Amino acid sequence: MSTATQDVKISVHHLTRVEGHGNIVVDVRKGKVEKCEWHVPEAPRFFEAMIRGRHYTEVGRITSRICGICSVGHTLASLKATEAALGIQISEQTFKLRELLKHAENFDSHILHVYFLAAPDLLGVPSVFPLVATHGPVVARALRLKRLGHEWGSLLGGRTTHPTKAVPGGFSSLPTRKELSELKAKMLAAIPDLEETLKTVAALAPKFPAFDRPTEYIALASDKAYAVYDGDIQSCMPDGKKQRYKVADYRKVTNEFMTPLSTAKYCKNKLDSYAAGALARFNNNYDLLHPEAKKVAQALGMKPVCGNPYLNTAAQVIEIVHTFHDSLRIVDELIASGIKDEQPVKPTKYATGAGAVEVPRGILFHEYSYDKDGMCTGGDCIIPTNQNHANIQKDFDKLLPEMLAGGKSEKQIELAMEMLVRAYDPCISCSTHYLDVKFV
Amino acid sequence: MARPKVAFFDFTCCEGCQIEFTNYGDAAFLELIKHVDVVEFREAMSEKTKDPIDIALIEGSFSREADRPRLEEIRKRAKIVIAYGQCATTGGINALKNHTTDYKKCVYGKDAEMPHLDSQKALPVDAAIKVDYKAFGCPVNKYEVLQIVSHLLHGKEPVIPTYPVCVECKRRETVCRYQEGDHCLGQVARAGCGAPCPADGIPCEACRGFADSPNEPALEKALRSAGLPERRAKEKSRMFTANQRSDSK
Repeated sequence: MSTATQDVKISVHHLTRVEGHGNIVVDVRKGKVEKCEWHVPEAPRFFEAMIRGRHYTEVGRITSRICGICSVGHTLASLKATEAALGIQISEQTFKLRELLKHAENFDSHILHVYFLAAPDLLGVPSVFPLVATHGPVVARALRLKRLGHEWGSLLGGRTTHPTKAVPGGFSSLPTRKELSELKAKMLAAIPDLEETLKTVAALAPKFPAFDRPTEYIALASDKAYAVYDGDIQSCMPDGKKQRYKVADYRKVTNEFMTPLSTAKYCKNKLDSYAAGALARFNNNYDLLHPEAKKVAQALGMKPVCGNPYLNTAAQVIEIVHTFHDSLRIVDELIASGIKDEQPVKPTKYATGAGAVEVPRGILFHEYSYDKDGMCTGGDCIIPTNQNHANIQKDFDKLLPEMLAGGKSEKQIELAMEMLVRAYDPCISCSTHYLDVKFV
Repeated sequence: MARPKVAFFDFTCCEGCQIEFTNYGDAAFLELIKHVDVVEFREAMSEKTKDPIDIALIEGSFSREADRPRLEEIRKRAKIVIAYGQCATTGGINALKNHTTDYKKCVYGKDAEMPHLDSQKALPVDAAIKVDYKAFGCPVNKYEVLQIVSHLLHGKEPVIPTYPVCVECKRRETVCRYQEGDHCLGQVARAGCGAPCPADGIPCEACRGFADSPNEPALEKALRSAGLPERRAKEKSRMFTANQRSDSK
């Protein structure tokens, strides 16, 4: 029987294969959508309250703990905000090392998402564990690449979960030229694994659902590079029209508002919602991708402005390649120039400052204020997953009627909605536990 | 123990300790899953089970009364419960808000009293259920977790350090942070990490909580002698030890 006139009840409680908790609730009666909701019931953690009264050297260590997957990004956004507030100008060497650390996190997290969280859907299995028996070499390859990302980030940050060495003004300890050469050798040795990854993804690409809902895409942007560590805020509209904003003006872009559907706040800029993440970066900054990454985009048939949110996972694969090659460039430059023994730069003032970086899931903002003793008086953190909530809801609003009209079964609809949420690679435990799917 | 059924559960946390499991690389990870059956792990798998579990690994603090039944249900199903990571073992970073009363208002303003924003003091898992073993750290030391599981598989009792990080600094011949004109919490912090931070030029923040019997007044004195103002010296250790301090409420 077609679902066009059917009842559909979906209730996904604590969606799996995402970080944190979230729910989906759908109620369709005789083909009419009564309810189609993306729920965000969070266990609040109150980081913005916890940083009050802590010294500026501790703030990044605390807010790093907002997220275990993006903790490098939280650390870097935090350091940038603190440095803006304290009038600290970092050196060119620190800038390069931080770019390299940021790349490591995006590589590491994208590998995790593509292989462990998204691929099981494309292969029709519930998790990576059954794949150990059926696709052993693929799982081993995924774990090798994950390990590379971890070792690459650890060399610069001390460790990748809550990095230790990145501190306000620079690094507490620097990698040696020898260690950078060893990293380069490890990266070069991983090229066959990377090539096999592209083959695997290309073979699975036809399984990405066809769905199109172009929206506003927000990402960091710079004239110099495919921005991940530094840049202004940029909006890209469905027609490709772009506009830039200063990071310090992030509130004018995020425009947080409350909704009865969610305990997490929603964000919007020019439209009712916007998207952040790999696809938003791809749509904003395509021209600055490494040529090798552009080749992958062409092989996957992707060009900006791409309006299929499921292809955020494909954009992550393109970014894996970009990140890898851009990092080889940075490593080569650092090896050529040598590592100078630099002490972290000291504060020149105590005021308020904002910082932004691109974490795997999109643009991340931190802002702090400090008193004359360098003690934090308050702050604000806006994470990418929160910025994506409204957009996920709008995608649901278009997807469900399309699937009902297409006569899809309840199971197919449920999977498509779960896959859609997973495509955004949400990081729900980022101070916001938000995902429960209920078919009521 | 014959091929135990292992399940992972998370409460109020950042899930970083789970992520550490993916950082073993292919050799250790594939070897580990030869010896255990992972039967539930929401972040990585859609499979779920209602069967008894041999080892339940719990991450995250107990910060909402609403989470108590879920914890009790896990305890009923599991032969062994391991709290892993600082949130689960001591309340961790989440407990940093416990000494304040205005945290809800600070973050949510006029919406602070909405029922879904319910939050109590962040407490360790053993505030709600009996815990058999604790793996400390923020994040957890992944090799220590591997060792605990391995010991259990071999019928041995896991040994968790009770002495301070200073012992490990001395072992690796790291120059003391105080000698460098800095400050540090190594003298009161629980060891087991191998003291990587002071070796990297950063003071220890006691991310594994307090060692047994920490002398808090002496710590404060040491921090003041290192140049920290009184207020900072008093507050310094709270970051990861909020529930272990003598002034914990």
